Formats: sequence, C-alpha cells, structure tokens
Amino acid sequence: MRSSSPSARKQIVNWIEERTGWGAVREFIEHKKVPIHSATIWYYFGGITLFLFLIQVLTGILLLLYYRPTPNEAYESVQFIMTQVEFGWLIRSVHGWSANLMILSAFIHMFSVVFLHSYRKPRELTWLSGLALLGLSLAFGFSGYLLPWNTIAYFATKVGTDMAAAVPLVGDWLARFLRGGDDVGGATLTRFFGFHVAVLPGVTTILLLVHLALVQRFGMSSPPWVGPGNDKQMGFFPNFFLRELMAWYAALAVLGSLAALFPLELGEKADPFAPAPAGIRPEWYFLAPFYTLKLIPSRVWIVDGELLGLVGFSLIAVWWALLPFWASNRDGIVKVRRVTGAGVALLAYLATFSYLGYVK
Amino acid sequence: MNRLALALLGAAFLAWSADACRECHSALDGNLGSPAKTYDADIHGRRGFSCHDCHGGDPNKAELHGPMKVRRTTVAALCARCHSNADLMHKFNPRPRVDQHTQFLTSVHGKRLAAGDEAAATCIDCHGVHGILPVKDPRSPTHPLKLPDTCSRCHSHSARMAKYKIGTGQYADYRQSVHWHALEQRGDLSAPSCASCHGNHGAAPPQVGSVTAVCGSCHVLLEQLFSKSPHQPVFSMMSEGACTICHGNHKVEKPTPAMLSGATSACVQCHEPDTKGGVAAAEMFTQSKKLSDALDRSDRRLSEARGFGMEVSEAQLKQIEAREQLVKARVAVHTFDLAEFNKPVQEGLTLAAATLQAGDEAMREKDWRRIGLGLSLITILVTIAGLRLAIRRLESNPAAPGEKG
Repeated sequence: MRSSSPSARKQIVNWIEERTGWGAVREFIEHKKVPIHSATIWYYFGGITLFLFLIQVLTGILLLLYYRPTPNEAYESVQFIMTQVEFGWLIRSVHGWSANLMILSAFIHMFSVVFLHSYRKPRELTWLSGLALLGLSLAFGFSGYLLPWNTIAYFATKVGTDMAAAVPLVGDWLARFLRGGDDVGGATLTRFFGFHVAVLPGVTTILLLVHLALVQRFGMSSPPWVGPGNDKQMGFFPNFFLRELMAWYAALAVLGSLAALFPLELGEKADPFAPAPAGIRPEWYFLAPFYTLKLIPSRVWIVDGELLGLVGFSLIAVWWALLPFWASNRDGIVKVRRVTGAGVALLAYLATFSYLGYVK
Repeated sequence: MNRLALALLGAAFLAWSADACRECHSALDGNLGSPAKTYDADIHGRRGFSCHDCHGGDPNKAELHGPMKVRRTTVAALCARCHSNADLMHKFNPRPRVDQHTQFLTSVHGKRLAAGDEAAATCIDCHGVHGILPVKDPRSPTHPLKLPDTCSRCHSHSARMAKYKIGTGQYADYRQSVHWHALEQRGDLSAPSCASCHGNHGAAPPQVGSVTAVCGSCHVLLEQLFSKSPHQPVFSMMSEGACTICHGNHKVEKPTPAMLSGATSACVQCHEPDTKGGVAAAEMFTQSKKLSDALDRSDRRLSEARGFGMEVSEAQLKQIEAREQLVKARVAVHTFDLAEFNKPVQEGLTLAAATLQAGDEAMREKDWRRIGLGLSLITILVTIAGLRLAIRRLESNPAAPGEKG
C-alpha cells in the first residue's frame, strides 16, 4: 500500500501537468523571491487589500440572497437581513467594515509604493493599474453607500451626483446618467445596484488579474537606497506566503472586532420629500475633496467655484497618475526628494482636510 | 424765525414736488419728520396710499396746512373707511376680511373708546401708525410671536390698568404656560397667544360658559369627552370656566399625573381621598404613572441596546405606538371614567412590555456577540501563533527553502 501511493500520486500529478502545464507555475512560485530590508512590512498591504476584496465578494454574494434593489423594498430588505436572517447583521457589518478597511489598506499600499519608489521603470503599468483599482474601490464605496436606501445615504448621493453635474460640458449628461433621471430616485438605486454588483466587479476582476500578473512578472521592487548589493531575500512560498497569511488573520481579527463591537447602523428610511438632515457628509474617503469644495467660494472671479475645484482635483489626479513618468530624470535616476515631498504633501492634505471635514 | 424760514423753503420746494407732505416732512426732525421717514416700509405706502388718505389735504398743493391730527377716538372709524370696504379691499386681497371694525365695536377696547375713554386701545396701539407691517411679517407687533409682548405693553402696566381694576399678572403667568413654551421655544405659530382665546379685534374676556368652547376650538377631542362627562353639569354651575378649574387660565402648565393625586392635585380640591371620586383619581394616577414608568424603562433599555449598535428600530416604532397610548390615556382622563381610562393604559402596558423584552433580547444578543468575538479572536491568535511557530521551524532548518542573505 505504501509503495503504490506515491506512484498513484505521481500519476495524478503527471495527468494534471500534461493538461495544464501547472509545473511551470509551481516552478515559478518555488523560485520567486521577496527582498528583505527595513521596509519589507509594507509589502503585506497589497495582499491585505486583496484579502479584504475577497471578503467583500463573499459577503456581497450572501447579501444578494436577500437584498431587493427597489425604493419600496431596499430598506426593509436590509432591515430583514439585520434582524431576521441568521448572522445577517454580521454579514452586513463585515461587508461594510471590510469596504472601509479595504480602501484604507489600498491607500496605505499606494503611499508605500510612493515612499519605497516602487513605481519606477518597468513598473509604470503596475502603478497605473493599481491606481485604477483604487478608483474602482472608491466607486464601489460610492455606489454601495446608497443601497440601504436610508436618509444619510440618499442625501449623500444627492450631494455626490450634484457634484458630477458641475463637470464641464458633460456634467448634466453625467449626472442624469448616474441618477437615471433629474433627481435621485428609484432609477438611481437600480443603476447603482447594477454598477455595484455587475459592472464594477467585472472591471475590477479583469484589472486585478492584470495588476497581479504584472506584480508576478516584475517581482517585488526594492527601494533605491537598498542597492543592488543587498541579496537578503526570502522565498515567496512558503516563507512570505505564511507571513502574509499571518497578516490576513490579523486583518480578520481587526475586521471581526469592528463588525461585532460597532455593527453598521441602518438609520431612518430615505424620504425624498423630507428636508436634508443637518451635518450631512460623505464617507470618510470623500471627506477631503468634500471639505475643499466647501471652502472654495461659489464664484472665483468669473469661474464657478465648484467647477474650479473639480478641475483642480482632475489636474492633481492626472499629475499623480503620471508620477512614474515625471519622477525620474532622463538617465532614469529617481528624484527621491521631490517624489517623497509630493507624497508627504498629498498625505498631509488628505489627513488634514479629512479631519477638518469630519469635525466641522 | 427758523420755523418761518423752513416753511418758506418748504413752500418753494413743494411748488414742483409730487407729494408735498412727504417731501416737506422728510426735512423735519422729531415727531413731525419720523412719519415721512418710516412710511416707505408701511404696507399702505407700498400699496400706493399717501398721507392725505388718512390726514386729508392735497399733496399737490404747496400751501401749508393747519393741524391735521387724527383723534384717537376716530382712528378706528378712519381705518374702517377702507378696511370695512369689501370692494376696495378686494383689490389688494382676493379674500379680504372686512369685519374688524364691527368686531372692534363689540370689544372692551371699542366700547370704552366709544364711551370717550381715550386711553382705551385702538388700531394704532397694536398695529403701529406710520410703519404698519403685514401681520405675517416677523417684525410686526401683531405677528404671533410678538403679540403677547404687544398686549403686555398695556396689560402689564399697573398704572394704566389701575383705573380699570384689572390685574397685571397675565403676561407673567402666560410666560410660564405650555402655550408660551410652544410659541416661543418651539416657534409653533399655531400655538395660542392672547388673541387665540380673547379674540383680536373683538378682544374680550371669555364668559364662564364659553371657556370650554374656547379651549375646545383647539382641544376638540378633550371638549367632546368633557361635555359627556359627569363633571360638565357640575362645572357649568361654578363661577369659573370649566377647563380653568383644573388647568388655570393664563398659566396653563404641562399636565402631569400629579394633577390627579396628592395634596396639591386638582381633584383633591373637590374630592376627599376616601370618596369614590378620590379613589378613582388615585387609581388613574397609579395607572398613569405605571405606564409612564414602563415606557421610560423600555426607552432606556432600547437606547442602551442602540448604543451598542443593536438594530432595535422595529421596537422603537412600537415604542412610539405605546407612547401614543399614554397620550390617549391622558385624554381619556377627561371622561372621568376609570374603565375608559384603563383601556389605553392596558394597551400601552402590553406594548411597553413587548418593547422592553425586545430591548432585553437585544442586550442578550449583544453579550452573545461579544462572547463569539472573544472565542473567534482566541482562535485567530492561536492560528497566528501557530503560523509564527511554523515559520520559525521552517527557517531554523538550513536545508529548507527560506531566508537567504
């Protein structure tokens, strides 16, 4: 019996190998290395973001079993999930908190890439695909926020789609496209639901595969100050993989604690005819631009203030996306100080304005 | 000399002026000048009326006029020339009210004025003179929020009221009432002020027999229940208005269960504690307090559960329903029938018990969640420790693939 087992196993492995070419993948994983240096810890945040995304997918599918995307039923179906469905409160709470943690983790991952200068050639496309994934995460957050159809969500979406209307030339069309009409209503809910569970997951999956493929293709980047002489490294599998698994478990502990101790509230059902509640504000990741737009006067010289703000944000976003292309000189040497300064400035702006937007 | 010079200057100026009165009076100081300066904001000024419409004279003529002062006793009739003219008023308001003067003549103010008492209030004392604003304007002295202050200018003035032998404490009392609270604190413009009970143009103290009807104009259900109650025929023989016997008049305080029982209660004024009425009042007090306490207990429990993030919105909705039963019970007091009173109380107690149970269940659920979280965290920490151990064992074996450097 003992001698026949390895042979049978080998036969199965060979059978699979002949039909999938799995051996090449296994060999790639076995030989994949991860550099070891003082900033290795930041490598884990990409994986944590992926882990939280997978939790989103799983809990999202479970919520879909009961959620009904119509103005008459959305709120009641979420209430049913939270009060009648076994562990429904936990599923919704984990879904909401993992969305927040995923966006936080994605931001940390982005800034770690900037401060470790991992965007350098040949990783420009990895940077761009990562940035697009961050944008998609924000779109997930914006579209998912409306789905419980409660008062806060309704008016936050109203404010958000109003901002879209200020975009030059296509603003009105864009606002109507998002709302499915002149104002936020049933058509908006249906559209946002469609974006949230079909369009965005599809695009994200494709982009995520591209991003992961590029990361595998070029491997982990070492910061410029580590130098080519540093050959301290660990195997991806199992050494890094087990460490990443520890990080995932730690993230799961944080997520579980938040979901159990601070379960998501449902609030009041949205009433389109009620006045907007005082102190309405968006989710924390939109607070910085929201507060900035509040500070800009309604008219700056002859230009509409909101339009000026949106154009400013767009220019900053383009400048940020093009980071790998302006961060190096013609000889390919990275302008470390300039990029670090830009990263610190952006981080300081986001932190300060988010805080001010929250407290004021 | 100065007056003469001013008059001559004015006469020369008026030769080409369109409204001689205003042009000339605008240049004057004090009481002669202020009407012309405030008239721009006046509703009449904005509708095209001018000085001569009330004071007479011809604004197109430059010659100086004699005194054109309107006597206080003729003010009401003067205003009525237009305000009682439906045809004229219709030009400015599709649904004009033209009965103010008729009502004024029936008021205590109007009667005294007709008797030659120039100190009695007339139109201008409440509405102002040359800067009259629409009642809806919050700056108007007759705006609902300002009206109690306007009435109190005379009615809280002890010297003015002395000759009429009228007390001056009404305004101070009113400011302690639920009505004042609703008007001033909540800004509820439909809350009653002086005119709501006494009338405005026909202001008069309500007669004893009509108090119930006055209060009932807002508290309709209470009046209906009271009029069928055994108290109605008894109270109607008393010297005070029915409602005011228990609730007071200007100082209508928030009704509490304490009005039913205890040394200072309203019931004890007539009913000895050991009589049938006294026992019924004490039972109403006990049941009312029981429901009120039960609701407070449920509120606290639900609020506590909500503080822990528990979803209790359905129970909170039910709690609103239970609170409505308390309101119904307080209304049912006016039947003075214990059986009728107990119906909403029992319904409220049943609902309060259900909401308390929902709160208790939510708190138990919260405890279970925390126990579950604790166990999960222990499992996760043990797994992390196991992984850490596995990594250490893996990397302590030099033959195995691991760190290189």
